[in-house]
Amino acid sequence: MIPEIGHFALVLSMCLAIAQAIFPLIGTMNNTPSWAALARPLAWGQALFLTIALGALTYAFLVNDFSVRYVASNSNTLLPTVYKISAVWGAHEGSLLLWAFFLGIWSAAIAVLSKGLTQEVVSRVLAVMGMVNAGFVSFMLFTSNPFERLFQIPAEGRDLNPLLQDIGLALHPPTLYLGYVGFSVAFGFAIAALIGGRLDASWARWSRPWTTAAWVWLTLGITIGSWWAYYELGWGGWWFWDPVENASFMPWIAGTALMHSLAVTEKRGAFRSWTLMLAILAFSLCLLGTFLVRSGVLTSVHAFAADPDRGIFILIFLLITIGGSLALYAWRAPSIFSGGRFDLISRESFLLGNNLLLTVFTFLVLFGTLAPLIYDALEWGKISVGFPWFNKMFLMVTPFLAVLIGFGPLMRWKRTDPKKLVKKLRIAMIVSVVIGLIAFLPAISTGSLLVPLGMFLVAWIITSHITAIIDRLKHKQGISHIFADLAGKGRSYYGMVVAHMGVAMFILGATMVSHHGVEKDLRMSPGESAEISAYRFKFEGVAHTPGPNYTANQGEFTIYLDGEVEAVLKPQKRTYFAQGRPMTEAAIDWGLTRDLYVSLGEDLGGGDWSVRLYYKPFVRWIWLGGLAMAIGGIICISDRRYRSKKEKKPQQAYTEAANTLVTEKS
Amino acid sequence: MKTVKLAIFIGLFFISGLAGAAALSSYTFADQEEEQAFRELTAKIRCLVCQNQSLADSDAELANDLRREVYALWKEKKSEDEIVDFLVSRYGDFVLYDPPLKPSTYILWFGPFFLFLLGGYILSRTLKSKTEDKEVELTNEDQQRLKTLLDDDNENQEATK
Repeated sequence: MIPEIGHFALVLSMCLAIAQAIFPLIGTMNNTPSWAALARPLAWGQALFLTIALGALTYAFLVNDFSVRYVASNSNTLLPTVYKISAVWGAHEGSLLLWAFFLGIWSAAIAVLSKGLTQEVVSRVLAVMGMVNAGFVSFMLFTSNPFERLFQIPAEGRDLNPLLQDIGLALHPPTLYLGYVGFSVAFGFAIAALIGGRLDASWARWSRPWTTAAWVWLTLGITIGSWWAYYELGWGGWWFWDPVENASFMPWIAGTALMHSLAVTEKRGAFRSWTLMLAILAFSLCLLGTFLVRSGVLTSVHAFAADPDRGIFILIFLLITIGGSLALYAWRAPSIFSGGRFDLISRESFLLGNNLLLTVFTFLVLFGTLAPLIYDALEWGKISVGFPWFNKMFLMVTPFLAVLIGFGPLMRWKRTDPKKLVKKLRIAMIVSVVIGLIAFLPAISTGSLLVPLGMFLVAWIITSHITAIIDRLKHKQGISHIFADLAGKGRSYYGMVVAHMGVAMFILGATMVSHHGVEKDLRMSPGESAEISAYRFKFEGVAHTPGPNYTANQGEFTIYLDGEVEAVLKPQKRTYFAQGRPMTEAAIDWGLTRDLYVSLGEDLGGGDWSVRLYYKPFVRWIWLGGLAMAIGGIICISDRRYRSKKEKKPQQAYTEAANTLVTEKS
Repeated sequence: MKTVKLAIFIGLFFISGLAGAAALSSYTFADQEEEQAFRELTAKIRCLVCQNQSLADSDAELANDLRREVYALWKEKKSEDEIVDFLVSRYGDFVLYDPPLKPSTYILWFGPFFLFLLGGYILSRTLKSKTEDKEVELTNEDQQRLKTLLDDDNENQEATK
């Protein structure tokens, strides 16, 4: 009964989504306020019914209702409760439901938090989001219904994939999806602006906090995913340029470009079309990612569309959404880099550089991800494009970006005096070059040029931002002003600083772990020891341990540093009852300067095991960097100027009014 | 979307019974550098039956066999290039994560440079036009409208107070 209620709620939410896509939009076009006003209640209704649907599916998992095919395939009576909940989004159908649910939540959030916006804008944005959700919910109902019943009810479920029985995976999809779906808001604002033809700075201001929020979620989602892959897959890596990873990374890069471009559009009324294009691009990449992953096109080049219906549905949906928005863009958007003049050395020009680099990088990743598919389709032979290619491309782009980051905060709009700029940054430049040179020492560089480069960039980002903060406070009333600045409207500035520090932390972690990490595959007998870096790993042996829905062989390793016990690690090799597959559960002693990582391999007989031992210096900084970027984004959103339209300063009002005029003139 | 990666991994389990470790432990090497070099070589080779895993990381049976073969060639003191050539002659370029440079992959390797050039061209053109642009001059009429807009705004502000 409950699953039918969920099913019914899903159908209703599709109907509401279709209504939301049509009526508010028409209402804004032919001046029918009553139709336009439908947007908010429809968004509410949609969010409500999608919540009921998600609740029904969760309930089916909690009560082990194996008559629901999706539950039977992804749960088990022995599955711990927390994983029964995360199993809801553990596979295809449920994750789509989560996607649609989040879209409902974002729509409802727009409906609530848009008091400062005109009805026209709200109606159009929600109409666009309604279109997207109509597509997603019908996709679910027609090809991947999570509420489908089984008519021979199995006594026991097939259990959740053991890899998913983990807190990282409980958190990763929801955060990532919140990010994906969040970009539909930026997309909605862009399309609404195109429909209305009012491409002034105000839409950029409305869109900014929403875009940043989506970006924050996406950042967190990718970070958690990378961290999960690191500790759960037992291979010690944190990024493999797998098509599925790239699918989440591409919208992130485009979204990063969008955030920076929105700043220019809001503050200077410039780059309007470019910003619109990026908003369309970011969301299109979210959809494309969904298509690539869901259709199975890329997971294996051999099997086009594990389920062709699904692949074709998404492909058509994708063509309509992307094609339609691009057509609208071509029809309505003004020339691409519109807006007032600026000098070669100005914040605009540097942000333009940042944007072009990020966009080029987005297309590089897209190209590399699709290349095997293109080659196959054109019969140019089968190729693999893996981490060596992507790493080269990454290294071609990021150093330039990192150099620009350092200049960014000290740049002024319109024009910056190059002499003053160099003077201000002199110390930062000297310090970072010296640090880069020190890193040439063989002990630090390990013979690679990338270590000095990485260290130089880390130092450059940090020192230039310190310079920028000092400079900013000097113009105010000195250091003590920092708190007032933080409480006031300086918050988005400090958010930016924190996010940029995240970039520095990431570069530090990635450089260190790539060049100083040690990894060993060994056959070990109980009592035997192995030296890795300064650590001695002593293998104590393996013993049986029971788990709630598995049994495990648990190894014990004592790790010594200078004769003292540093850590005791207990990696496991688990066998889950329901699926009978062996699973490696790595054990990690984590620290800010190094992780010690042990994973168990095979039982080689006689108490011997094959094991993998890793020393991973500074690996945490990769994820801490991601976390800092997300926190920076949150600080930016909390800036007062987004919350209250009413407290506008005359200067801002002036800028906006001027922007409106300029927009109309150009 | 990474959940689907998991779906991939499930698939991979059925084929390989991924255990995560245990790949190189049965081979012996003269020193750590040699072991590292062997690992780097196998990391660049794709496990053909896995979804997306390198030979170094995979525990699939076929990967084990192939690794043993690579190890045998390695012990015969074959160079890396010879080993790679052997693998390519057998399995095609698909087996390499690092696509070789040859006419059919020119697009893959040189395409990015064109993308960069295009980006550079857009940048220089935009900068040129922007730095030469005249400021938008406001006419009297505009000034008047601006004043009205600002007044409206102030009134709104006062109205809310």
